[in-house]
Amino acid sequence: MIRESFSEGNSWIHGIDPRLRVTGATAFAVVVAVSYDFRTLTTALLLALCMALSARLDFREVMRRLLAPLIFLLLLWAVLPWSYEGDTLKVWGPLVITRPGVTLCAQISLKTICLMVAFMALVATMTVDTLGHTLNRLWLPDKMVHMLLITYRYLFVIELEYQRLVRAMKIRNFHPKTNLHSYRTYAYLVGMLFVRASERARRVHSAMICRGFNGRFVSLRTFPPNLRNYIFLLGISFSIVVLVTLEWMK
Amino acid sequence: MSSVIFNLSKIRYAYPGGPLVLNDIDFTLRAGDRIGLVAPNGSGKTTLFHVIMGLIKPLSGTVEVFGAPREAEVDFIEVRRRIGLLFQDADDQLFSPTVLEDVAFGPLNLGKSRQEAVTVARNTLDFLGLNGFEDRVTYKLSGGEKRLVSLATVLAMEPEVLLLDEPSSGLDSSTKDTLIDILNGLELSFVLISHEFDFLSKTTEHIYTMHGGRIRFDQELDIHTHEHAHLMGKQPHRHL
Repeated sequence: MIRESFSEGNSWIHGIDPRLRVTGATAFAVVVAVSYDFRTLTTALLLALCMALSARLDFREVMRRLLAPLIFLLLLWAVLPWSYEGDTLKVWGPLVITRPGVTLCAQISLKTICLMVAFMALVATMTVDTLGHTLNRLWLPDKMVHMLLITYRYLFVIELEYQRLVRAMKIRNFHPKTNLHSYRTYAYLVGMLFVRASERARRVHSAMICRGFNGRFVSLRTFPPNLRNYIFLLGISFSIVVLVTLEWMK
Repeated sequence: MSSVIFNLSKIRYAYPGGPLVLNDIDFTLRAGDRIGLVAPNGSGKTTLFHVIMGLIKPLSGTVEVFGAPREAEVDFIEVRRRIGLLFQDADDQLFSPTVLEDVAFGPLNLGKSRQEAVTVARNTLDFLGLNGFEDRVTYKLSGGEKRLVSLATVLAMEPEVLLLDEPSSGLDSSTKDTLIDILNGLELSFVLISHEFDFLSKTTEHIYTMHGGRIRFDQELDIHTHEHAHLMGKQPHRHL
């Protein structure tokens, strides 16, 4: 389920115009993604940590959210160092650890953690529906924004339906085991969810048509200007200039 | 004779692979009518509403709304603006994250400016006694609140007619009373589907039933008494 604990804070980052935050985070992400110099990447990581600190994110929650990408990175570290060709760094029995392999792993790890933290600080600090309306103002295609917003709205309904089905299974004494009966039951459960979700989609669409929906959402949000917007704009532009200089002006 | 709002004649409809749900139905609603529709589950009441709104195309028969025949999708745009349909499940109707956005959705689609739409939405919420609900998150509302907010989303479009699909189901008695007061305070014609005779008798003038894919007309309200038995029946009591 979607938990939006970061969006509930009230640091100065939360008060910045969401459009600036989304554009800033995107620009930052592009620069970091195409950088390979370790000076650039460590600076970017430091910047990301600064953002997380100034957004006053809960450290344990940040770590909890980093867990999934960390497991993924672990997988890379387990495979890439010996499977990549290049200068030998170390020999462990039959395994040859190569320098480019380790370098690549380190780069990927730094970039991943850096971007995750930056997005937690800048983007996860707004609710999904604010994000939707923000993207709408940033001229993202209407369809994508609708999909995001409607998924967000109906995820909860679908979860309720899932819980209802699970309860219905439990009260009839269903215990999952490793047998065909359990697999079939779970397949029915998933199938039922799909059927119900598509039926629901049909009804929601009818309801929208009845209220004159013509394929266009109009957002009611307004984002008033404030001083913090300018400070943030200055800060993020400066950071990006620094990163670009470190990477390309040697 | 008062003006005809809609006139269905000889409507037939069957879901793919199913029997006829609507079998040569004739149904007319005139301005000022308040009709209750009571019938068993699966007898085609909801289908009938969807035919009127153009959500379902009948296999045969004619749909005439506001004096013009309605066949193509474009014909129904005006119908949907002037007739409000309240869906059975409020979760189908409320799809915006917050209440105000959902209520303003209809007026915005009708071409109102943001400012006007917000004003209409706030007025509608006030009228239904839902002040302070503007920024509530729709999926976190209780069942009764969801029903009233859905009604607000329909009323915000300022319809001339309402089609209400089981508005009273799943509501507690106080919310039901609120709903009865609201419906009786509206100067609109409506058709209301319900399984509850008490609710229908307090809100409508005529009650029709559906049977075998047809509508049985004119069962005027009769006051009658029952004998009935239950525990503690000798104690003075009232039934609600």
